[in-house]
Amino acid sequence: MLRAEALRHAFGPVWALDGITFTLQPGQTLVIFGPNGAGKTTLLKALAGLIRPSSGSVQIDGGRRAIGWIGHQTHLYNHLTVRENLLFWASLYDVSDRERRADRLMAQLGLADHADQPVLALSRGLAQRATIARALVHEPTVLLLDEPFTGLDLAAADGFRSLLAEYAAAGRSVVIATHNVEEGAELASEIAFQVRGKFVEHAPRGRRGAAEIAAAYRRAVGHV
Amino acid sequence: MSDLLRHAWALARKDLVIELRSRTAFVSTLVFTVLVLIVFNFGRDPTATAVLDLAPGILCVTYTFAAMLALNRAFQLELENQALEGLLLTPISRRSIYLGKLIANLAFVGLVEAVGLPLFVVFFNVPVGHVLPALAGLIALSTVGFVAVGTLFSAMVIRTRFAELMLPVLQLPFSIPPLVLAVLATAKLFTGRPLDESLGYLKLLAAYDIVFIGLSTLLFPATVEE
Repeated sequence: MLRAEALRHAFGPVWALDGITFTLQPGQTLVIFGPNGAGKTTLLKALAGLIRPSSGSVQIDGGRRAIGWIGHQTHLYNHLTVRENLLFWASLYDVSDRERRADRLMAQLGLADHADQPVLALSRGLAQRATIARALVHEPTVLLLDEPFTGLDLAAADGFRSLLAEYAAAGRSVVIATHNVEEGAELASEIAFQVRGKFVEHAPRGRRGAAEIAAAYRRAVGHV
Repeated sequence: MSDLLRHAWALARKDLVIELRSRTAFVSTLVFTVLVLIVFNFGRDPTATAVLDLAPGILCVTYTFAAMLALNRAFQLELENQALEGLLLTPISRRSIYLGKLIANLAFVGLVEAVGLPLFVVFFNVPVGHVLPALAGLIALSTVGFVAVGTLFSAMVIRTRFAELMLPVLQLPFSIPPLVLAVLATAKLFTGRPLDESLGYLKLLAAYDIVFIGLSTLLFPATVEE
């Protein structure tokens, strides 16, 4: 379970987080939509513990070990191969049977043919797939994903969406921040619109489709 | 092996593998070492001062600057694709990150020193064969303390502007005691004095190492947290 309570954080005079509160149960997927500068990345970093909010608290069952993180950077070492990167990160999480876990993830994400290539030699899309593998290598129970579809081609994005749906069905909590309504809508069980550090709307997705969500989003952020 | 040491070793091994592949830091540090030795060799008047009077200082200063270069790159690796952020997300102890970096830096600086010593002998014609074990021990003791402090400061400055400038400004004042001790002990070794006369210096160097490894390990978590 993930609980955020009255999170506030400012960069100078600008409130990037302004009293955000929510709880996410196992199996739920919260997709946060918001324009550039709404504070989505700051929120995810506060949830992950990468920044300490000015006030408020975050509680994640399982602590840091439970978190799988995809941010704007890959966190991969350019001179190591994809496999070496995965084995390295897995070793820091004390993953047992690291080789098998890495092989399975690389197969799932279409990286098997690139396993022994240095990250330096990967295209943007392949590097993003490797980033996803890195984030999942320790089987996290809470996924915090910031624009995770960046750089993925259609097939890879569809594959990743299926993987995320499997993770949610297996009782994991997922938080996705994106400005692209089409990318995240179908995964969401909960939807939030974040504007200037606040959730201006936060509700279950219900039966709303991408078009309805996009219309609601435009109304919420003031672009009718 | 405890979790702390296992994670530290994983980090150190990763750093060494990356350095082995890229070789950029090793080659540039080694070239720098050679250049400093050349400058010292041609910048002194051999008729005015005996080489044995200058040699201890030259050796220690060369190693100090070479190690400084090496330490500058220690956390640069972690800025690549913001890997440091990834490290901070893992459940490992922050202290294992410090120890991993310390091990990798010691191996790296030790290798540069091992290659640099024969070059020093060639340039300055200082016979070290008869004191080699003691000299190696002395270099190791002074390197450990220097690198322990440098690894901490390297982490401290890495996210600042002008990190390359900040590191020597912060580190050199802390390095004066071991540098002075190392120069004094090296002078005694080079002039053929019995090892007993240097034992006091060696004990002080060992105490410096213990104190600063302990302090740095304790302080490191505060330097990498946001």
